[in-house]
Amino acid sequence: MTAVYEPSYEPWNETRGAEIIAEHGKQEGATLVILHALQEAFGYVPEAAIPMVAQALNLSRAEVHGVFTFYHDFRHKPAGRHVLKLCRAEACQAAGGDALAARAEARLGVSLGNTTADDRVTLEPIYCLGLCATAPSAMLDGRLIGRLDEKRLDALVAEAQR
Amino acid sequence: MSMRLFVSRDAGAVAVGADEVALALEAAAAKRGVAIEIVRTGSRGLYWLEPLVEFATPQGRIAFGPVTESDVPSLLDALASNTPHLLRLGATEEIPWLKRQTRLTFARCGVIDPRSLDDYRAHGGYKGFERALSLGPDAILTEVTASGLRGRGGAGFPTGIKWKTVAQTSANRKFIVCNADEGDSGTFADRMIMEGDPFLVIEGMTTSGITVGATKGYIYIRSEYPHAVEAMNAAIIAARRGGYLGDKIGGSTYSFDMEVRVGAGAYVCGEETSLLESLEGRRGLVRAKPPLPAHRGLFGKPTVINNVLSFAAIPFILAEGAKAYADFGMGRSRGTMPIQLAGNIRHGGLFETAFGVTLGELVDDIGGGTFTGRPVRAVQVGGPLGAYFPRALFETPFDYEAFAARDGLIGHGGIVVFDDSVDMRRQARFAMEFCAIESCGKCTPCRIGSTRGVETIEKIINGERVSENLALVEDLCNTMKFGSLCALGGFTPYPVLSALKHFREDFIPAPTTLQAAE
Repeated sequence: MTAVYEPSYEPWNETRGAEIIAEHGKQEGATLVILHALQEAFGYVPEAAIPMVAQALNLSRAEVHGVFTFYHDFRHKPAGRHVLKLCRAEACQAAGGDALAARAEARLGVSLGNTTADDRVTLEPIYCLGLCATAPSAMLDGRLIGRLDEKRLDALVAEAQR
Repeated sequence: MSMRLFVSRDAGAVAVGADEVALALEAAAAKRGVAIEIVRTGSRGLYWLEPLVEFATPQGRIAFGPVTESDVPSLLDALASNTPHLLRLGATEEIPWLKRQTRLTFARCGVIDPRSLDDYRAHGGYKGFERALSLGPDAILTEVTASGLRGRGGAGFPTGIKWKTVAQTSANRKFIVCNADEGDSGTFADRMIMEGDPFLVIEGMTTSGITVGATKGYIYIRSEYPHAVEAMNAAIIAARRGGYLGDKIGGSTYSFDMEVRVGAGAYVCGEETSLLESLEGRRGLVRAKPPLPAHRGLFGKPTVINNVLSFAAIPFILAEGAKAYADFGMGRSRGTMPIQLAGNIRHGGLFETAFGVTLGELVDDIGGGTFTGRPVRAVQVGGPLGAYFPRALFETPFDYEAFAARDGLIGHGGIVVFDDSVDMRRQARFAMEFCAIESCGKCTPCRIGSTRGVETIEKIINGERVSENLALVEDLCNTMKFGSLCALGGFTPYPVLSALKHFREDFIPAPTTLQAAE
């Protein structure tokens, strides 16, 4: 059994944020690159970083906010300690994904798109991991799991709750 | 001499335990004092046999699969003593499912080490590019056009014409953009080739660059594909080091370099103009066409934007000549298509074959029907915007025009199989739901229409004024089809209308239920 992996992030820090923005700001069309880098460092994109990005790229705050909110990936607050993503697209639906999603919701006591009250697990839908020939599939903190069934799902949920 | 083994590092294989098997092989071999070398390849695409372990012999590779950690000791015993094993599949190349394919684009995938430029070159890599250098831009265009290659992303636009348009423009900068935002459910060919043969994509993009006069390329990969991002980044660094990217590539006078950009979970960014907006750092809002990206694309400059599979087809065409490619296929669909068999299917995976194979052959014969063992009832071809086909249409040949004539599309070549437990009302509702979630919001038919579509199908499911609401859905679909700016709103009607047309019985309550209600 592989050890439980827990993503770790730095707490938000303006100086560190400014460094990240400066590091990527010179590229053409840098907005998404910077937002990705900020989220990778802090686990989310802090509100305070938005005007900093805007200033560095000579954009309005509204423009950066608009980009930030357009894309499903970017978070405005940290996720739970573990993120469990279940593929909800057609190939996984065809292979019994609907029942598994309902089971995960029941086990965790939250609906898709939410975090458990103890902040341990964020359960999210994902639209296709490209593992459609070994469906249904899931991703726990970046680790891929195919041929999901009730037993495997229960083990994943238990692992995420630890 | 040490034993040479091959285990895939493809995300689809890793998801079913390939890493664990590779580790177990190493540990078990070390314990026995046997020297082994494990090469982590891409996937052969026979996913029901993953994790697949291959063993090098002077006569070729021998395959075993699907292998689990607990099979490892007995597997090593069988290899050491050359005795039979339950999981032994024989020579990999002789496995019928692989043998009956025509692998032009996927020839190396699952065979070579995707991290090794030398391995790529040893298996014919950059042969096409070298010929391209000797031909020069005009002759390359002639070859690409003569091959009949059409955009493999789904739209099927002739690649040669697109390249020629960009080549004819004059601008201080031009760009090559590779669309690797493979968001369609049931498709994974782009992911496989990026993970299993990344230099092929680089070679295709570089060839495009020297043809049209572009010196910079971007490959936009969706964030759901971290393994592909890693593989492409590693390959780009290796290609640069090997002199195949940067200044004076391959000893020529041309310069071309490229970088990976990662998407952020927006399906609509697979639409080419939305992708360009995203690359420029903006919201992925669809642009109105014209102007075409070929005239005004990335940062307002002439841009070739093609799908991964289109670029990946180029090296073969140049190495073997346009005719060798065009000899495969039917009608106006020339060459081969990497078809992806997915969903509830027994033998799921990547099946590259010439155009013309029928849907029934693909699903029943090659795919082996459902893994649940229940009858196949519906197959969705071409992703979330593709039509649902019933068994009655299984004679349809895999060809752009044949699918269009039956109100469907081949899209990116994904086929998702459903058994008879499927409720087509739910699938129709999901199509609208997905469009509502992913709509960029720029045009009204898509933005509002999809939400109204969900609500109306919901009413049908609840038995509210069914025939009126069915007519309303059909009307709404027409508005979306003809009034939307891009394929998201424009094609969402395909799954909805095909479900209504071919699976009408799911939408109309049975007469007995009606009588009971009265």
